[in-house]
Amino acid sequence: MKRFWIGVLILIVLCAVGFGAYAWKPAIDPIEPPQRASFDQALIEKGAILASVGNCTACHTKPGEKSFAGGLAVPTPFGTIYSTNITPDPKTGIGRWSEAAFGRAMREGVERDGDHLYPAFPFDHFTLVSDEDNKALYAYLMTRHPVENRRPANELPFPLNVRFVLAGWKLLFFHKGAYREDASQSAEWNRGAYLVEGLGHCGACHTPRNALGAELKRAHLAGGEAEGWSAFALNGLSSAPIPLTHDSLFAYLRQGWQAEHGVANGPMAEVTGNLGRLPDADISAIATYLVSQMGAPAPERVARSEEIRKNLAIDQGGTPIPASAATGSPTSRGVVIYQAACATCHDGSRPQPFGGIDFHLSATIAAPGPQNAINVVLFGLPAASGRQSPIMPGFAETLTENQVVDLLAYLREAYAGKPAWADAKAKLADTRSGKYQVSVRPSDGIERGPDNVGAKD
Amino acid sequence: MVKLNVNGASHDVDIDPATPLLYVLRNDLKLNGAKFGCGLGQCGACTVMVDGKAVFSCLTPVMLVEGRQVKTVEGLGTIDEPGPMQQAFIEQQAAQCGYCIGGMMMRAQALLEAKPEAGDADIRQALEPNLCRCGTHMRILRAVARARDLMKSKSAGMAPAAATRRAS
Amino acid sequence: MNAPNLHLPDVTRRGFLAGAGALVVSFTIPAEAQEGEVPAAPRAQAAKPKLPGSLADTPSLDAWIRIDANGSITVFTGKAELGQGTKTSLRQIAAEELEVEPAAINLITADTALTPNEGYTAGSQTIQNSGTAIRFASAQVRQILIAKASEKLGAPVEALKAEAGSIAGPNGARAGYGELVSADFLHVDAAADTKLKAPGTYHAIGKPFARVDIPAKVTGGDAYVQDMRPPGMVHARVVRPPTYGAKLVDFADVAVKAMPGVIAVVRDGDFLAVVAEHEFQAVKAMRAMAAAAKWQEQPALPDQSNIPAFLEKSVSEVGTVTSVGAESAPGAKTLQAQFTRAYQMHGSIGPSSAVAMLDNGLTTVWTHTQGVYPDRKAIAQMLGVPEEKVRCIHTEGSGCYGHNGADDAAADAALIAQKLPGKPVRVQWMRDQEHLWEPYGPAMLTRASATLDQNGKIVNWHYDLWSNSHGTRPGSAGSLIAGRLMARHFPPDPARMEITPLGNGDRNAIPFYDVPNQRVNWHFVADMPVRVSSLRGLGAYCNVFSIESFMDELALAANADPVEFRLRHLKDPRARKVIEVAAEKFGWSKDPLPEGRGRGFAFAKYKNHAAWLAIALEAEVDRDNGTIRISHVVCAVDCGEAVALDSIVNQTEGGILQSMSWTLYEAVHFDRTRILSPDWSTYPILRFSAVPDSIEVHVVDNPGAPYLGVAEAAQGPTAGAIANAFRNATGKRIHDLPYTRDRVKAVLGV
Repeated sequence: MKRFWIGVLILIVLCAVGFGAYAWKPAIDPIEPPQRASFDQALIEKGAILASVGNCTACHTKPGEKSFAGGLAVPTPFGTIYSTNITPDPKTGIGRWSEAAFGRAMREGVERDGDHLYPAFPFDHFTLVSDEDNKALYAYLMTRHPVENRRPANELPFPLNVRFVLAGWKLLFFHKGAYREDASQSAEWNRGAYLVEGLGHCGACHTPRNALGAELKRAHLAGGEAEGWSAFALNGLSSAPIPLTHDSLFAYLRQGWQAEHGVANGPMAEVTGNLGRLPDADISAIATYLVSQMGAPAPERVARSEEIRKNLAIDQGGTPIPASAATGSPTSRGVVIYQAACATCHDGSRPQPFGGIDFHLSATIAAPGPQNAINVVLFGLPAASGRQSPIMPGFAETLTENQVVDLLAYLREAYAGKPAWADAKAKLADTRSGKYQVSVRPSDGIERGPDNVGAKD
Repeated sequence: MVKLNVNGASHDVDIDPATPLLYVLRNDLKLNGAKFGCGLGQCGACTVMVDGKAVFSCLTPVMLVEGRQVKTVEGLGTIDEPGPMQQAFIEQQAAQCGYCIGGMMMRAQALLEAKPEAGDADIRQALEPNLCRCGTHMRILRAVARARDLMKSKSAGMAPAAATRRAS
Repeated sequence: MNAPNLHLPDVTRRGFLAGAGALVVSFTIPAEAQEGEVPAAPRAQAAKPKLPGSLADTPSLDAWIRIDANGSITVFTGKAELGQGTKTSLRQIAAEELEVEPAAINLITADTALTPNEGYTAGSQTIQNSGTAIRFASAQVRQILIAKASEKLGAPVEALKAEAGSIAGPNGARAGYGELVSADFLHVDAAADTKLKAPGTYHAIGKPFARVDIPAKVTGGDAYVQDMRPPGMVHARVVRPPTYGAKLVDFADVAVKAMPGVIAVVRDGDFLAVVAEHEFQAVKAMRAMAAAAKWQEQPALPDQSNIPAFLEKSVSEVGTVTSVGAESAPGAKTLQAQFTRAYQMHGSIGPSSAVAMLDNGLTTVWTHTQGVYPDRKAIAQMLGVPEEKVRCIHTEGSGCYGHNGADDAAADAALIAQKLPGKPVRVQWMRDQEHLWEPYGPAMLTRASATLDQNGKIVNWHYDLWSNSHGTRPGSAGSLIAGRLMARHFPPDPARMEITPLGNGDRNAIPFYDVPNQRVNWHFVADMPVRVSSLRGLGAYCNVFSIESFMDELALAANADPVEFRLRHLKDPRARKVIEVAAEKFGWSKDPLPEGRGRGFAFAKYKNHAAWLAIALEAEVDRDNGTIRISHVVCAVDCGEAVALDSIVNQTEGGILQSMSWTLYEAVHFDRTRILSPDWSTYPILRFSAVPDSIEVHVVDNPGAPYLGVAEAAQGPTAGAIANAFRNATGKRIHDLPYTRDRVKAVLGV
């Protein structure tokens, strides 16, 4: 018996040593911050486009503060993580990182000093990025304004605050390796897949995660969550009432809005804003790949979308009254609220993107969960500072809890033809109380007038 | 008939319940404080308080505030006895044309009631939804900071009974 | 205070005064009074010395001041309170010379039945013109009162002095002003040689007085035309075409007429309006009408992405603004640059509004127009009635910053009121109506070329500007939207280039710097496909932006500090003074700033004959997201004697922040058919998050010196200082206004 326990002990020690060997990463020597002249201008420009694809600024810039200086609080189910300073400041940024150290961070999720990074930094996607692209990203980031800004310490409970633990997470969920082309698909499709699955890390938000925060491989792009918002499914489960096509998705990503799909809001607004730097060809590639993930829409979905189109063409701006709006039902109270508070903009004559969407077209109202609808009703779309953006006032202080619930019930039934969300009331309460955190941002990622200088091919 | 409580007084108003609160305040109750600016929730000139929170009265159907406490600039004090927020704006001469000021004061009042220790950054952030075109911003910020100090010293020196009466 | 006058019209001036139970006086308002920005044609006059300020046009003292038998003093100004604080500062001026407290002055502002015709309240001229007139008139009235008292008290004039509403003499002898008045005793013309009080004896001018209008504005008092509710008032809304020239091709009003509360549906050609009992009923009816109206539109707008091409190809006339010295001069280095400015909005926070009523053939209009007399003239023409049949009473609105929708809303109300005699009709524009129909500040193109000699002095300066007129204010019915839309279709007044010392598109086009050889030309564009008119500062905003940007480029080429370079070209001592004060208080230095930060300096003398203003500021540029953040601003201004110091500071701070908003963000968007900026989401302006940490305004006071216009003086220099700070921070210059984030990113690259 004693020998058995000794055997177990030896085994544990061996595993620990083995795991230690796996988990331990050496520091990479610091360097003197490189001069701008040491980088080719064309490489920096390429890096700028790639950084837009990676949406780096969204997490690494606190709104209203200096670009890439980090410090943004990223709420996760496990605690709050503060984004790092990725300006080339030698003290608080990545100024002393060599290209090798940068490449390792992207490939393996490891800091220059050897610490493991939290998967809030989506290295599980960035591992697919080519060396060539990493080189360009490095050139871009190392030529930004260095900003001295030490981010606050992460707020995570033990043992998650022990970085070594992350090695275990990686062992379970992380597969290192560059993107491999699918020879059976077109070059455009492969380009799209490379951007979407790699640097674009769409799945980081649009794929659901397991209890340990890893993306569920079996539910790839089946809809996830980001900063308190539902990131809608980009596969066959898409809730868009009019199925997305290559062209409509291209327009949505290019402009930040599309007449049949509305305006990018929540964290997506910044994504489409950043995509402004991308050439049309890359956006088209992204659309090609994503539409292939959605597959052909089911015939009943196509039929419903045709019906919606037909009705909208005949009756611009009517308020539908569902049959169930019998006196006393939530729907009947909701319709009154809608007519008084929402119809002015949402049944108005003003077109997208600055007019309110007709909710027949809204993926938010047709979505499986009420979170985004709750977010928009409560917080609206705040005005962007100094640039064009659709503005919607939040109704958090105007509508009582019951009034929001009634309104949502009406919207669901009248516009999506679906029953009220069962969990609306609970989610609303948590969102209102702040227990469930939502980041509220302006929708300024829309393409502007002729002073817009978005990239061209 | 819609029942309203505005600045502590009850009113029965015979009006389409979908009418925006702004029009009821201005036309039926003859209160000038809330102004029509955009009707879209983009400028804040119409800001009033409902149950202590700042709302755009131009987009709030009057039926939604039945049974709730509405407060307008007129509820902050009078020309003869200005409340601390009004006193601060007068002291700082924080107006040019003055059209946006009522909305500014109500949003600031809501902030200070919720957060009496609000710092300068809090004040800026809170006022973000409200537009001023004359460029009175520096003075508005100073006036709100001054109102905060006035309110603090007032509440420190005030008997609880009086405080209760004021809050009603 | 002259808050919304809810008296319904009874009224001639005579009636008003008689009704007030006092002396009946009469006065004559000259037919050809000066109309604001447009100088009056020189009138054949006896060889009299020119009277100061607006007395030149309205010399009779009783047009300005009246004293009743009970001693109460009423002062009349043809200028309007637009939020500059002039209701307070004009009282200070009158009180000073009349030796009373400002609170004792009853002030009546712009009203065609009561006040002198002082044209428009525009161009920073209220204190300069009306203030000067009231000052001289008050001083003369004081002297007349002393002369009267001398008779009454039997004391020599030298032994008498005015104090607290009385004339006091030796041994306690005293006569109140009211005891001294007699019929028509002020019906005398102003004297040119009236002696004013010496600055050392002031009790009101330059002393801190709280603005009289603020308490009502912060407590919900009656303050604006929007707050008027005369008994029986009805609510009107207009329905505008989707584009300027659209024609109404189909409109069925039956359904709208049947809507709850609707009193009248008005159609006159392409002019549509609805009147209802309750305001929200009018709004709903307006929406229904808008949906029912079918319009025919034509693409008639220029290409927004290439405004310079539009301006260059549309030139109708070229005028010489100045031509001094030689055409060219030899030098060491010649620089050239081109600048542009987008169409920009007034963007009043309160959309325009007016109340009008037709009663016994007299149409009374309560309006926030800047010019009650010219507005009356245009409205009378539109209605086809003599001018006496229209009375315009100025009642405050939201700040206007120039020619916004005020006159048009007044015309709307007047036109609708004709259909409902006896009923006060209130017109309130919606946000999109103000945004889409107000006349914008015109887009501009400028080109500068200058030569430096070996010593780094500018020896030659050529400057060309391309612009529409900046003044399409009412004169005729065709200047009013209602006049154009109604079936009679009054045509717009033809645009004329006028080059005068006041300046229009060419305002401040002549550099104030000492340059021996100058050529400045205005390439006038008469065609106005986008509706334009006066926006605070007119051409000065873009001209000063261009000149001050270019001065910094010249300073760089001369390897000189920008402040020193400006001083090198300025002998004018007051110009030098504001520059030195601004530089010193800012802590101007050559020390390098951290990467991405820069200092900018600019100077101008507004219109080259009003206030001197210099400004220094620091900006931080984030090249990755294109944001320019202005952290702190220091400004020095000299507008002569400071009547109301705090109002000067307030106006200047406001000018700086408004110009910052124009400069960083603002451009009206349009496609070839429609204006695409109907609200704040498509025409964003400054919000609190972008407001600087500090703005300091230092007033260089010159007691006893003439009053000089100041309220618009900061617009151009602020833009120049931002441009120069950007250049200093980044090494790159942006030549086009506004400095949007996209533009910044495009110029800086990565």
